[in-house]
Amino acid sequence: MEVGKSITRVDAFDKVTGRTKYTDDLCDAGAYVAKIVHSTIAHGKVLSVDTSEAEKIEGVVKIVTCFDLGQYRNYFPTAGHPWSTDVSHQDVADRLLLTDEVKFYGDDVAAVIAENEVAANQALRAIKVEYEEYPVVTDVLEAMKDGAPQIHKDYPNNILKHTSLSRGNYAEAIKEEGLTVVDRWYNTEPVQHCHIENFICYAYAEGKRITIVASTQIPHIARRVVGQALGIPWGDVRVIKPYIGGGFGNKQDILYEPLCAFLSLQVGGHLVKLDCSREETFFANRTRHGIKFHIISHVRKDGTYAARKIEAFSNQGAYASHGHSIAAKGLGAFPQLYPCDNVEGDAYTVFTNRPVAGAMRGYGIPQAMFAVESHTEDVAKIMGIPPIDFRLKNLMPQGYKDAFSKNENYYDTFRQCIEKGKAYMDYDNRVKELSKQTGRVRTGIGMAAFWYNTAVWPISLESSSSRMVLNQDGSVTLQLGETEIGQGADTAFSQMAAEVLGISTDEVHVVSNQDTDITPFGTGSYASRQTYVGGFSIAKTAGLLKQKILDYAYILTNMPPAITDIKNSMIIRTTDNRELISLRDLATEALYSLSDSRHITAESTAQIKSNAYSFGCCFAEVEVDIDMCKAKLTKIINVHDCGKLINPALAKAQVEGGMSMGIGYALSEVQLVDKKTGKVLNDNLLDYKLSTCMDHPHLETAFIENPEPTSPFGTKSLGEPPVCPVAPAIRNAIMNATGVGVNELPLRPEKLYEYFDKAGLLK
Amino acid sequence: MYDIKALYEATSVDDACRLLKEHPGSQVIAGGSDVLVQIREGKRAGKELVSIYMLDELRGICLDADENIRIGSLTSFSHITKNPIIQKYINVLGEAVDQIGGPQIRNIGTIGGNTCNGVTSADSASTLFAWDAQVEIAGEGYRRLVPINEFYIKAGTVDLKEGEIQTAIIIPKKAYEGYKGHYIKYAMREAMDIATTGCSVNVKLSEDKKSFEDVRIAYGVAGPIPMRVPSAENFIRGKEVNEENIEAFAQKVLEDINPRDSWRASKAFRCHIGVVMARKACEKAVKQAGGKVDDRTEL
Repeated sequence: MEVGKSITRVDAFDKVTGRTKYTDDLCDAGAYVAKIVHSTIAHGKVLSVDTSEAEKIEGVVKIVTCFDLGQYRNYFPTAGHPWSTDVSHQDVADRLLLTDEVKFYGDDVAAVIAENEVAANQALRAIKVEYEEYPVVTDVLEAMKDGAPQIHKDYPNNILKHTSLSRGNYAEAIKEEGLTVVDRWYNTEPVQHCHIENFICYAYAEGKRITIVASTQIPHIARRVVGQALGIPWGDVRVIKPYIGGGFGNKQDILYEPLCAFLSLQVGGHLVKLDCSREETFFANRTRHGIKFHIISHVRKDGTYAARKIEAFSNQGAYASHGHSIAAKGLGAFPQLYPCDNVEGDAYTVFTNRPVAGAMRGYGIPQAMFAVESHTEDVAKIMGIPPIDFRLKNLMPQGYKDAFSKNENYYDTFRQCIEKGKAYMDYDNRVKELSKQTGRVRTGIGMAAFWYNTAVWPISLESSSSRMVLNQDGSVTLQLGETEIGQGADTAFSQMAAEVLGISTDEVHVVSNQDTDITPFGTGSYASRQTYVGGFSIAKTAGLLKQKILDYAYILTNMPPAITDIKNSMIIRTTDNRELISLRDLATEALYSLSDSRHITAESTAQIKSNAYSFGCCFAEVEVDIDMCKAKLTKIINVHDCGKLINPALAKAQVEGGMSMGIGYALSEVQLVDKKTGKVLNDNLLDYKLSTCMDHPHLETAFIENPEPTSPFGTKSLGEPPVCPVAPAIRNAIMNATGVGVNELPLRPEKLYEYFDKAGLLK
Repeated sequence: MYDIKALYEATSVDDACRLLKEHPGSQVIAGGSDVLVQIREGKRAGKELVSIYMLDELRGICLDADENIRIGSLTSFSHITKNPIIQKYINVLGEAVDQIGGPQIRNIGTIGGNTCNGVTSADSASTLFAWDAQVEIAGEGYRRLVPINEFYIKAGTVDLKEGEIQTAIIIPKKAYEGYKGHYIKYAMREAMDIATTGCSVNVKLSEDKKSFEDVRIAYGVAGPIPMRVPSAENFIRGKEVNEENIEAFAQKVLEDINPRDSWRASKAFRCHIGVVMARKACEKAVKQAGGKVDDRTEL
């Protein structure tokens, strides 16, 4: 068995010894350096760009402004979604390579190409841009008001999209007698991915084609978007994805690949490198959407829901990017977590003059879970029901099936996850102990549950392609369109291939880097689908390869495929387990035979027409120093049911990373924007409070391994889920400690001060 | 790649002062943890740099003939924290500078740079204010001493004239003998952070440990430069050690501190924690000095 083992990740040695080559390591030293002139206003029109002084600087090669696009002035979409051939489902095309219509502070107005970084930066400081300024709006509700500054034409009240859901009859249901109404607002703010490697790419032309090497999660999508942006055939674009230092969704968007390709073409196809600074990563890449939620619950005395309503207002920032998909996903999660017969929901995604929001790990669910699980806690408290009892009474039950996705809850998963979390926390005893506190430093305990989708079907039909080649020594080379972005996908893929082929994982050589000229088509790394989706095509291709191997074994051994198999890299006769020939000898003979030489390879595409619920919960204990307005996380556990674990050690690491991200989201991270100017105030890692290891207690992880019936390997999503329940669990723990429910993220000291002060705790 | 016009490596203090005069507008660089960041941001891009980093005569900590503590300006934060003289007499300074940045910054960053940068948030500054530190400054052929509260002129500006460098920070014996101190850094995370507010308190108790002979309290980020809080100090001097007096002392702080509203934190919030920090730091300092006070923070 290769699946289910904690083998060392296949790229571990190279990564810890520094041998791994990332984009910047691969770029030739002779590359020109490109730097972007970002707007210093948030909304307006560029009247002129004076480059005369900058052009005199030694080492400056060329300066291109928004007025120099010529044939390359094409509006293009940036979202890393698979392209839709249905026009009504295509992403909004609202970006230009460089723009004279400024929509956020930091918009791309011009670019400098120079021989080195110093000259490029000197030129940036010497360029003078003249603007006509328009009024600025950064708040989502302000932007929706009549008379608010209009950011894109054709989108009245700045609403990019509005969707609704309705089940039963809400208006009628709320008339039931004896209902308690809980009506609350919850707010989440934009945060940034903060991957270690900032976005970087380089481009050069060869013949009529352009090659872009980029730190991206989605090479095949990047090829399409560069083609669209430059107005050239998609096949003229080659995108190569080396190892990347994290993406978390920011690189599931097309950032500057098209601009870099365009700039290379402006200097005769010379190699041009565009390396975002950390500051640019904060203000000119993507962020998580800040979403305001309004939830109303009508609750019966017995603690069941009669009717529920949710409104979500998602702040898109200046451009459409992934757009309404995020708020829509949050909205869709709502009626399924706590099913209720009468539900109404509305979600709005709204343009503002903020930096652009896009995909980020969790894709709307961390926001929705903060609102929903904070609200659940509030309702339980008001109803006087212990919060876990209240949840178990209302959570999605075993056997629940969603009509749209056909997802099914096959097991009593929520109860199993919650029991495991309770046991680790010694929950029942702790709750009793903590109820007697009166001091100025108090401890509290809280939890939150969540569910998460694995892939995207049936919103789109997904496919995964893979190729396997039997090498001369019996080892197998594996290629997929699904990408390793630090999560350990290559290792999981290798284990799954080895499992089906009957060889050991170290005999599988996975090609980590994707090259759109060579790699089988795949839409890349997004959602939490790599292992699930890749698993289908790996199972299919490995089956095909195995069949070809056994066919050739028949030539060599006279034993037919019906009674042969591969085990431990040996061809065996299944009737008596006799070893007939080693795979090594078979492979050597296949390629060098004097009578029947074959190159044994297989390639296939799997269509994925299923999806899967992933489940879990988080328990947190905090120590709150009321006077200091500080909450210190002292204990935390995430419990996940992500099906069978392919690699338990990697699964644990994935969860720890997600918990860390959730802790920052809960307690400290927020992208601050000046309301008047739209400028990002904390565009660096000093002022943006990404949590450090000193801010983390031990991160405990646990799993419930209920096999997912739709997956050949019994697996389902784990990439994004760990971040989803952390913030509400911490918020609920703070409420347990102090009695104060803080309904706005992050729960940073100044926010606690405001709430504690209002609650009279600071007197 | 850094935009640096030229780098001159000084071979002695006099040489450094001469180089600074020869190259008007040039910038002194020691560990570089502030200067290089500023060059990258474009603020000091294209400047000539005079490096004093190789001047070992400016490194190290010793007691002078009068038992004043002399800290060479190039002494790194890690060396200050680990130094036996600091640990024995003014351990609080070692604790304060141990909260700067992360380990790499504490290894390269110097106390001279921390103070010459002239910012109110410097973790060493409030403690140096609280200990009545003196700053030693050298010009070509001369040295002069200024009290630290006069060394800071305004935000980002210190009392260094052209051709001068800071050479040492001195804690006079009379300032530390019999005193015990505590520093609280209030920041948004446990490491790699800038102080929202910093508060350093030291106390000298009476022989029976029942009353305050002297208390000194200083803040960072409670005004444009680090500051002492005379109202609170004057109030508590001679008073009995008890919870009420410490609370009143903490409230007195509001008469002097003047934090501003900024996007990093509001004035109201900074004032609130300023008071809490005064109380907590004072309680801790009292305990270290052998006094007793009920700790309200316990359950």
